[in-house]
This record gives sequence, C-alpha cells and structure tokens, in this order.
Amino acid sequence: MRVKLLYFAWVREKTGKAEEHVDLPAGIETVAELIAWLKQQGPEYAEAFRRSEVIRAAVDRTHAPPGTSIAGASEIAFFPPVTGG
Amino acid sequence: MRVQAADFEVGAEIAGLTAGRSDIGAVVTFTGLMRADNAGKAVAGMTLEHYPGMTESELERVEAEAQARWPLQASLIVHRVGALKPGDNIVLVITAARHRQAAFSAAEFLMDYLKTKAPFWKKEIAADGRAAWVDARASDDAAAGRWQRPSASED
Repeated sequence: MRVKLLYFAWVREKTGKAEEHVDLPAGIETVAELIAWLKQQGPEYAEAFRRSEVIRAAVDRTHAPPGTSIAGASEIAFFPPVTGG
Repeated sequence: MRVQAADFEVGAEIAGLTAGRSDIGAVVTFTGLMRADNAGKAVAGMTLEHYPGMTESELERVEAEAQARWPLQASLIVHRVGALKPGDNIVLVITAARHRQAAFSAAEFLMDYLKTKAPFWKKEIAADGRAAWVDARASDDAAAGRWQRPSASED
C-alpha cells in the first residue's frame, strides 16, 4: 500500500522531512503498527517516534487513536499534542 | 472560520457578522493574545505551525458541534499562523445568539475544543534566542473534558 505521510512540529524536525510517500509492507493495518514500522526505518525515525505515547496521529485528516485502521488511507499525519488557541 | 497570517480587527469582524441582521440579541467575543512570558520565562516571539486542510475541517467541525448544542445565530473562528510577537492577536472566537447564555457558553466551548482538537503547534523563541515547542497542558484537556456529554452509564 502506497501512502502519503506528513510530519508536523518536532516530529517533522526529528524525521527531517515534512512529508514523504512510502510503500508499506503487507500486514501493517493500524496506526500503532505503522509507528512500530516507522521506528525501524532509520535512527531519525527511531528518535522521532521514541516517545510514541505522546505522538498523535490523523488518518485522512481525522484524529486517529493508535488502534485506528489505516486500510485504504491516502494521508496519515504524525504530530505532538496540539497547542493552538 | 479562517486561518490566516494577517492580523484581525475585532470590531470589524463583529460588524461583518451582524450586518443587516435584527435577529441577534447577544454577541460574545474571545480574543487570545500572545503574552511576553510563559511558565515563568520571558518570551520574545512565537511561530505557529498548522496542518493545512485538517485545521480547517476541525474548526468547521467544532463550529458545527457548537451550532448543534446551542441556538446560535452566527459564529466565527479566526486563528492566526506564522510569526507572532508579544501583544499580537492569536485567535478570535465570536458567537451570536438571541440571548446571552447560548453565546457565552458556545464561546467557551469553541475555545476549549479548538485548543485540544485543532492541529496548531506553537514554537516559542526565548529572550536568549533559543526556540522550543510548547508542551500541551493537561488543564486544557480538563477544560475540554467538562463539555463531554454524560455517557449512558452515568444517566
């Protein structure tokens, strides 16, 4: 499955990129599984997702808890807890 | 709902919302401004990053939720992004209703919800030039949590 990944705030700074397109291997079905896979994609990813419990995700621009399915998703974003307002 | 780098003028925004209408009896506004201190430290500036596309859809969603909960005649959220300095406006919420209670409650709800749901991130620049991402506050989650409707088990 090919998917667009977006990174914001310190997740963006630690991965060193704002967005990328990746081909996911079969068997990655949830946000949590995607994070576990990303952690293995290099030291910058391992560092960016080290505190994975504080990282928030959105699947196709909707907030998505770790157990959310990514089946059919076209855009998945990772970011710290929001601090607007 | 607008996300913009430019400043806003509160009076002009109220006038725009109420122009030509005679069904509005109450307007409440909240303006968030940037302080020169945070957590006991001097702050020289700030940059606000957001997630274009998702920000707009989240703000539209919270506005629709407010409209569903209270009898509002109109509402508006304006949130700035980009470089800001102390004293600058950050966010504006306007609610308009026939009576004040709906306008007051909906304005508080909109602020509490956008602080925990809308994908904005603040990076502060300290007086010594060092920049650091602002941490989310548990008190904001608590403020948003008080609007949750009781679940069936609590009825």
